[in-house]
Amino acid sequence: MIQLENLTKIFETPDGVVTAADNINMTVPQGEICVLLGPSGCGKTTTLKMLNRIIPPTSGRVMINGEDTSTLDTISLRRNIGYVIQQIGLFPNMTIAENISIVPRLLGWDKKRYLARAEELLAMVALEPKTFMQRYPRELSGGQQQRVGVIRALAADPPVMLMDEPFGAIDPINREVIQDEFLKMQEELQKTILFVSHDIDEAVKMADKVAIFNAGKLIQFDSPDALLAHPCNKFVEDFVGTDRTLKRLRLAKVADVMTPAPTPVKPDDDLQTALQIMQNNDYVAVTMVDTLGRPIGSITRDLATAKRGRCGDHFYGLRAIARVDDDLRSVASAMFSKDTTWMPCVDDEGIFRGEISQRGVTHYLGATYRSREAQQTGVQHGEV
Amino acid sequence: METLAFIAESWSLIFSLTLEHISLVSVAVGLAILTGVPIGIAITQNESVAAVVLYAASIIITVPSIALFGLMIPVLSLFGQGIGYLPAVIAVLLYSQLPIIRNTYAAINNVDPALREAARGLGMTPVQRLRLVEIPLAIPVIFAGIRTAVVMNIGVMAIAAYIGAGGLGTLISRGITQTDPRQLIAGALAVSLLAIIADYALLYCQRKLTPKGVSA
Ligand SMILES: Nc1ncnc2c1ncn2[C@@H]1O[C@H](COP(=O)(O)OP(=O)(O)OP(=O)(O)O)[C@@H](O)[C@H]1O
Ligand SMILES: [Mg+2]
Repeated sequence: MIQLENLTKIFETPDGVVTAADNINMTVPQGEICVLLGPSGCGKTTTLKMLNRIIPPTSGRVMINGEDTSTLDTISLRRNIGYVIQQIGLFPNMTIAENISIVPRLLGWDKKRYLARAEELLAMVALEPKTFMQRYPRELSGGQQQRVGVIRALAADPPVMLMDEPFGAIDPINREVIQDEFLKMQEELQKTILFVSHDIDEAVKMADKVAIFNAGKLIQFDSPDALLAHPCNKFVEDFVGTDRTLKRLRLAKVADVMTPAPTPVKPDDDLQTALQIMQNNDYVAVTMVDTLGRPIGSITRDLATAKRGRCGDHFYGLRAIARVDDDLRSVASAMFSKDTTWMPCVDDEGIFRGEISQRGVTHYLGATYRSREAQQTGVQHGEV
Repeated sequence: METLAFIAESWSLIFSLTLEHISLVSVAVGLAILTGVPIGIAITQNESVAAVVLYAASIIITVPSIALFGLMIPVLSLFGQGIGYLPAVIAVLLYSQLPIIRNTYAAINNVDPALREAARGLGMTPVQRLRLVEIPLAIPVIFAGIRTAVVMNIGVMAIAAYIGAGGLGTLISRGITQTDPRQLIAGALAVSLLAIIADYALLYCQRKLTPKGVSA
């Protein structure tokens, strides 16, 4: 767990004092990613660098697992905190393998172990170890260097990571890929991470908590969904963008929103059976699945009322199918592009698991506003 | 023609004087490296000290070599070393300080601050930072300083023959006193050739010692 207590940094410059970090208080629980977000010059890097004492705080404290970092030995503190600097900073005089194994070598690992570790890490970020181990940094593209910068910080498996815009030099497509890889890795490693970004989309995707800064002050500290749903002031509202509700679509998975396990029909079932199911459950339509349980069509109430015979002879084809681990943004996108308001949902094997509708999505997005209103009215009643 | 004949017949003399010259310059510049590089590194810690040290070193270099020898005679005579080997080595040692200290200072100071910060952030001690990052990156520039010192002081050492230090300057001074152009030209040629060869040899070493990933 990382706690910042009244953390302040004041730079004395020839043009006067600059308060780069102004009384920052926040707590990042063990295993979470906290994204520091804000416009250029708002103090993100300064705050980050006070954690490993690259910048000594003017006042206030940084506690890691309850220990005040100013009382610890700075060198060993830094070896236990992975640090990815904004400028990448690979050492040009060392090969990629040497760069990655710096901290393990400083910690006295034997050669076999640190080389194996370097290979493992390169493979993890999709850089072929055979090709890259012996290369020098200048022989790599900016994006490749940045990936090496990230794994160099991970090499000795530190429990805490500080990452200053670690994916800034990577093109959008590969950035998505490496962000996904990183999140998958984080699921396993459960590191406590402070991550600087000025990209709201990256923050929403990566963060358990977002800390929004402006002019050295921490303005809002909240989960991405709460931040997007309830920006605390005009600055945050403008910063997260007018499409903030649409951004929330990325935060929810189909599985969170779908109506789970409605009863489906089979092609051999009679339309009357389908109608019965719809009436009993108050459905407007029912999904038809094949013998393996994969959705192949749908029967609406109108259809079942108007026609006679087997479902397999009178069904509508499917316009789109959602997967349970898709996010709502891709569902909304498919609904718009396929002109549908309803989709069956399948698991990894393609088996029918539930249904998702436009209303369900809207309802899900609206829930947080309703609960906030209820709370506020509740408070008012309480006060009376 | 006469000069060529002289060179041919005194080949072994010229050779041994050249070796003597090389050894004088090597010892002096070697000592200058051992002092100048650490001084250059040390003064990166404090700008005002750096300014004073660099100023002092550039004053020394403006003193003509003959004057420097003259200044040292009374001082070193106290130890019975007023002329000969010791003052010659000391003069070259002093003259070499400026190029070596200045280049070391500049090279270490010019290491990209991002690399220094990365090294700190990864938990290197100041000594590890120097050894693993700053010195390897500074090598091409430090070596350029050493080459300047060597080339310049091969010339200075020729003058040290006047205080009996030996080396190729012996030929030149004898050529002047005996009005023998053959010795004078042979000596001057040898000194120039030596400077050129030394420069190339050191350039070769510099390329060998520069870390592979660092462009020279
Ligand atoms: N060493 C320093 N001396 C004086 N002022 C500084 C120093 N470092 C940073 N600042 C100032 O402190 C403020 C915060 O800088 P910081 O680097 O933390 O910004 P940032 O949020 O990381 O911005 P960016 O997104 O551009 O990286 C800026 O106004 C900057 O000019
Ligand atoms: Mg920054």
